[in-house]
Amino acid sequence: MSQIDTTPQQTLTQKLANPTRFMQLSGTLMPWFAGAAAALILYALYLAFFVAPEDYQQGQTVKIMFIHVPAAWLGMLGYALIAVSSFGYLVFRHPLADVSAKAAAPIGAAFTFLALATGSLWGKPMWGTYWVWDARLTSMLILLFLYFGLMALRSAIEDEALAGKLCAVLGLVGVSILPIIKFSVDWWNTLHQPASVIRMDGPTIHPDLLWPLLISALGFSLLFFALHMKGIRNEILRRRVKSLTMAEVDRARGVSASAAAE
Amino acid sequence: MSAFWTLLKRDLLLQVREGGAVGTALGFYLIVVTMMPLGLGPDLNLLSRIAPGVLWIALLLSALLSLPRIFEADDEDGSLDVIATGDLPLELATAAKALAHWISTGIPLALLAPVLGLLLNLDLGAYPVLVATMLVGTPAISFLGAAGAALTLRARRSGLLLALLVLPLYIPTLIFGIAAISAATGGPSGFQASFLILAAISLFSLVIGPLAAAAAIRFQTQ
Amino acid sequence: MDFLVRLSVKNLVVDRGARRIVDGLSFAIEAGEALVLTGPNGAGKTTVIRTVAGLIGAAGGTINLDGGDAEKDIAAQAHYIGHLNALKPSLTVEENLRFWAAYLGGGTADDAAIYDALAAFDLEPLASIPAGYLSAGQKRRACLARLIVTRRPLWLLDEPTVSLDTASVKLLAECVRHHLASGGLLLAATHIPLGLVSERRLEIGVRSAAA
Repeated sequence: MSQIDTTPQQTLTQKLANPTRFMQLSGTLMPWFAGAAAALILYALYLAFFVAPEDYQQGQTVKIMFIHVPAAWLGMLGYALIAVSSFGYLVFRHPLADVSAKAAAPIGAAFTFLALATGSLWGKPMWGTYWVWDARLTSMLILLFLYFGLMALRSAIEDEALAGKLCAVLGLVGVSILPIIKFSVDWWNTLHQPASVIRMDGPTIHPDLLWPLLISALGFSLLFFALHMKGIRNEILRRRVKSLTMAEVDRARGVSASAAAE
Repeated sequence: MSAFWTLLKRDLLLQVREGGAVGTALGFYLIVVTMMPLGLGPDLNLLSRIAPGVLWIALLLSALLSLPRIFEADDEDGSLDVIATGDLPLELATAAKALAHWISTGIPLALLAPVLGLLLNLDLGAYPVLVATMLVGTPAISFLGAAGAALTLRARRSGLLLALLVLPLYIPTLIFGIAAISAATGGPSGFQASFLILAAISLFSLVIGPLAAAAAIRFQTQ
Repeated sequence: MDFLVRLSVKNLVVDRGARRIVDGLSFAIEAGEALVLTGPNGAGKTTVIRTVAGLIGAAGGTINLDGGDAEKDIAAQAHYIGHLNALKPSLTVEENLRFWAAYLGGGTADDAAIYDALAAFDLEPLASIPAGYLSAGQKRRACLARLIVTRRPLWLLDEPTVSLDTASVKLLAECVRHHLASGGLLLAATHIPLGLVSERRLEIGVRSAAA
């Protein structure tokens, strides 16, 4: 099978686009990311439980926010990452862009779900119910639906290359409507706002709570990227296995890879 | 651009000749609205409070029924290939088909809504606003729905998948449609703002829907 | 009004998924010429035709229609007849043709051309019958009639004679002769000879070689 020549000079993204290169690079980076993530998260947990003060109003439960807030950020970051990957795939035909989007979806969805679950657990002691329709939780829930849509579309289409392209289109449609959805949910929430203003974060964040929050956010972000890299590596390997399998099939059919039939 | 009207007229003619889909959507709309009092109790006060929301949500669900067919029929008989290679850019062709869907399905549903409002004891002052918001909001349903239909053209379980993909995208239209109705019937002020935003969302979908649909179809003619 | 165009394809490379179906194919079709693609099933004949039609994106190479309208895609200057008939079952034969005449002709249907098309494929008795009632051969003829309703220089035909009886194949051949005589081009994949006076043949193998 003839190869298409690659251009002599390569930009950084072009270099990263080469799957083998990426495997090498991520192979060395990933353990560091994972290690740093584990260290930071443990440190953040330590700060959370032993250093940060209790909230005067909420007691210990305010510390759920050390997981809830980063999870919410990462849920949104995940979708942004999918949007950028989708754009890269459709416009620049960047080969790893599709793999990146595919790997990011379940991770982003998991963090979004984590945000919803922790938000729900936080809500019970605060308001007595496991769920309230406040603007942020509602937006997170809709974001989760958008993730589900992406994953469902990908699994519903047999042809993998086609699935990647259609998911990229859907990703871009989603990201362009996402601000409108956020805006409309905020609007809806102000229309139906109960008399007392209760915000998930509390009126202000005490500075002593801010530091552990940032550490935790950084730790979870590193975790996200470590998982993402791992996901990309897995997908690259899976595709390699698949092409090897397809080559087996071709050989069995008696189709030679190099003969040109006349 | 005349090719645009040619395609639009043909699609409308096909809707008339092949009938079924619109009637089914209207029937579904009626049934779903009927189930609301059966499920929630016939208290007229309650019903009139929830009427705008119920009518809007049921309309969204009913429109979903006929969305998959926007491109399916043309894909099955090979017309889509020829349409994709015609003079008319595929984006305009998909826009024509989405517009045909709006005219043949969106508008009838919007016009049926006030009749169904009677079943839900809808506040009389809300009738004109209800129809106005639905007429202005349903283009978003057809155009975003067309994008969804194009994306799920060759997918397994395409009908259900289409609903999953497209319903979250309808949420802004739903919210502002209801907000406009509430504002007009004595709720918090801001009818004009809500209505204009609703129109803006529909206009936005008029652009993004055909673009996404054309891209999706191009990938699938390969 | 005659056409004066030339189709040139150079080093065409087409992938379908992970498989390279066409690898460096080159050929040219001069005005008034017909090129028939031959080869086993699955060799890539349909792929080549669909790529020239613009339905499949090429991975490499160039396709040019010299002398054609520089403003338009090749697709807009070609008639593509694929395996499916592109007929709406609930529209009559004439309505189907009228739609394509208008849609492919920029919005206005040329009545004379429609009647010519019906005559050319012996469809006059069937003109007011909904296409869904026709037999397979009649549907194929109604599909092929599309070639006549608007004039385009390049004809891309993929197995046009499927379901056609001998008499109908002769009707198609007559239309093709007429088209070639006015300078039109034909690129076709067909198992059944069209009985043209001169046609070049190009064998498409599993890996296509240069012509």
